[in-house]
Amino acid sequence: MTLDAKIPSGPIEQAWDKACFDMKLVNPANKRKHSLIVVGSGLAGGSAAASLGELGYNVKCFCFQDSPRRAHSIAAQGGINAAKNYPNDGESVFRLFYDTVKGGDFRAREANVYRLAQISGKIIDQCVAQGVPFAREYGGSLSNRSFGGAQVSRTFYARGQTGQQLLLGAYQALERQVHAGSVTMVPRTEMLDLVVVDGRARGIVARDLVSGKFSVHIADAVVLATGGYSNVYYLSTNAKGSNATAIWRAYKRGALFANPCFTQIHPTCIPVSGDYQSKLTLMSESLRNDGRIWVPKKKGDPRPPNQIPEDERDYYLERKYPSFGNLVPRDVASRNAKVLCDEGYGVGKTGLGVYLDFCDAIKRLGEKVVRERYGNLFEMYQRITDEDPYKVPMRIYPAMHYTMGGLWVDYELQSTIPGLFVLGEANFSDHGANRLGASALMQGLCDGYFVIPYTVANYLATNKFPKVEESNPAVQEAIAAAKTRIDKLLAIKGKRTVDSFHRELGKIVWDYCGMERTAAGLEKAIGLIRALREEYWKDVTVAGTADDLNESLEKAGRVADHFELAELMCIDARDRNESCGGHFREEYQTAEGEAQRDDEHYSYVAAWGYKGDNAPPELVKEPLEFHYVHPSQRSYK
Amino acid sequence: MKLTLKIWRQKSIDVKGAFVRYPVEDVDPEMSILECLDVLNETLILKGESPVAFEHDCREGICGSCGFVINGIPHGPERATTACQLTMRHFKEGDELTLEPWRAKAFPLIKDLVVNRRALDHIVEAGGYISVSTGQAPDGNDILIGKEVADQAMDAAACIGCGACVAACPNAAAALFTGAKIAHLSTLPQGEPERERRALAMVAQMNAEAFGNCTNIGECTAACPKEIPLDVIAKMNRDYLCGSINRRDDLPIPVAPVVG
Repeated sequence: MTLDAKIPSGPIEQAWDKACFDMKLVNPANKRKHSLIVVGSGLAGGSAAASLGELGYNVKCFCFQDSPRRAHSIAAQGGINAAKNYPNDGESVFRLFYDTVKGGDFRAREANVYRLAQISGKIIDQCVAQGVPFAREYGGSLSNRSFGGAQVSRTFYARGQTGQQLLLGAYQALERQVHAGSVTMVPRTEMLDLVVVDGRARGIVARDLVSGKFSVHIADAVVLATGGYSNVYYLSTNAKGSNATAIWRAYKRGALFANPCFTQIHPTCIPVSGDYQSKLTLMSESLRNDGRIWVPKKKGDPRPPNQIPEDERDYYLERKYPSFGNLVPRDVASRNAKVLCDEGYGVGKTGLGVYLDFCDAIKRLGEKVVRERYGNLFEMYQRITDEDPYKVPMRIYPAMHYTMGGLWVDYELQSTIPGLFVLGEANFSDHGANRLGASALMQGLCDGYFVIPYTVANYLATNKFPKVEESNPAVQEAIAAAKTRIDKLLAIKGKRTVDSFHRELGKIVWDYCGMERTAAGLEKAIGLIRALREEYWKDVTVAGTADDLNESLEKAGRVADHFELAELMCIDARDRNESCGGHFREEYQTAEGEAQRDDEHYSYVAAWGYKGDNAPPELVKEPLEFHYVHPSQRSYK
Repeated sequence: MKLTLKIWRQKSIDVKGAFVRYPVEDVDPEMSILECLDVLNETLILKGESPVAFEHDCREGICGSCGFVINGIPHGPERATTACQLTMRHFKEGDELTLEPWRAKAFPLIKDLVVNRRALDHIVEAGGYISVSTGQAPDGNDILIGKEVADQAMDAAACIGCGACVAACPNAAAALFTGAKIAHLSTLPQGEPERERRALAMVAQMNAEAFGNCTNIGECTAACPKEIPLDVIAKMNRDYLCGSINRRDDLPIPVAPVVG
């Protein structure tokens, strides 16, 4: 199998315009005759469903939460990038493109990234028009800040709740279409399988989470915008409900899964406090703009932080990376914290933490300014830890946060199953091996508002859609498969809870496929995951029945998929004999301990195809070509 | 520490519910009350009993999924804190905590502590938006909005739609929720053209759902985890009044309410 990414020919600056012109259109009167399914209602899914509804398509949008406004995009704090250059500080479409390709450690597809940078400005315009209350200057213009290692101020924000405000904008646009009758919202419903008829995605099998009833929904095309798979690790900053089931079902129906091992560990999260811990809380990366990260120079120093004199502190990021200091990209900041904690320099009762200190910022700017900038984050920190960050340095530790990998898509965001489109974090396309801060919101909205309306039209206009009856064998097979799986989980009646398995799986993946990986460790992890998966299917116990609201059952199905995905992540990580971005293989590092890429052998997207439960997956490579940004060793020194 | 959770258990809206007492041991002061329920549920599952159903998702106080009444107060005793961020250090050895679902006619019970809050989506659906389709927007800086105005809009926009305001109100009114969205959008120049129409439509839908009337008691703002100020209700009333005077005939008809 070869992959055709459908990258338009010609100069990259004109690629998207050319593609838009070349793509076929659907006549306005014909749009309502086409039905579309959107799974997920976050920034990507919500904006897609709203925009497609506005165009006149018949849209059904699904989410597992009680309301589309709960999608986890809502938790993004820091901001959204756009190449507006309002501050006149050297920003341009090309610079945003350049930074994103470089930040992704040259493992993203240039054409997609360029389009993202090109569209970024329109996203801000759209959101402003919707009433998103972005931060403003006194003169009334939009405020910008620098964020996550960028040397220009290109980040737009709404206090520490940018994701919330952007999501509410998309949600409101979506509700407007619900009111207009073009979108039907189906909440508290989970997609359990993809219906593929004659090689095309034609619908989904879903389960109503309140009544337990299965239903089939047929459409001309299916759009998945179901987010990432950080919850494979059990502890992550993702919402408890975030899961990989939709994309995993699509993978098992023939969609290729690209770069599963590219996961992002966020450097500034509140450290784990105990075994009961159910999730990790992120503290916005913007804190690194003014906070200084350090550990004591003495291993296991028992003194409280304020009693450790200045010359006995190691501001290790400032020491090792003088030009970027505390603002190095996420992968670099995270790994440095891990290395120091592993060596015994960590702080806090578990030793897994480093200090993020605002003492100098308060001296320099005054408490009032610090409070204005970070007040809500400081409050959140205090609420959780009972410590006052104005007086005592925060303790932070890296946590699983985002997955760059996802279903493989071409330039039109179409997967290898015709008619199956994948948007936002659920696809793999724009962030390579490491995502820059404030880029996820940009990508979700770019895909949903501005890309899918064009590319889905092209697909609809160039294909015929014979009616699919529910009696179709492919539909019947998909429903039966989903039902059997649920029955099987309920029938095991073993001795261990779903959560206990999930925790154990998460620990394996975190230890061997987290911030540092080795071939031997990954080999071991694959064995451990297989053994645990086998035990799971013999010994898990699922409470309750299948005919009412049953969270234990929902989790059981999701964790079963996490097992399979975890194995694929490890297989991919073992196969990629280089270090790049968030994928750090201990065997491949420079003399200074930085990631060592191998462009000669690994400058490709690793897309994996499902070949059966007991057969190894097939690797298909999409070679990456860099015509505009020449791959170089990333250096933040 | 050890404490007792007295929890409302009800399998569905069709059967009678009752409080059940559960002793919980090994409660760590740093765990959240949701994590305390997780611990309880793990033991219930292993005993073959039905775990307590409660809504939750982000567990960082922003998605608005979680929430139940704790000792008579929605989201519990801590100011500006959702249940997911309420740590157990606020309670002490031997305490008994009473947990019950949001009680409001417009929020029919689904199971245990989970209720149906679709009525809130209906209110937004009726007009809680600025009618701009994708692609129609002018440059973001074409409309200048002073910092004070933007900040005010943001204060109102911070609502997470959890429904605590409804649960706290003796009338089970949704005035704070509806007022917050109206105040957010009407404060901004982009929201001006539809200002009156929006208020009329949203209030009509709010009234069609089984919410009670606002009598300015203020329990809503006291319980609000995002501290949405009471003045959003005044803004809603003002827009509604102006709209009623300038009333046009083509106002949307409310959609079918959750509870008829």
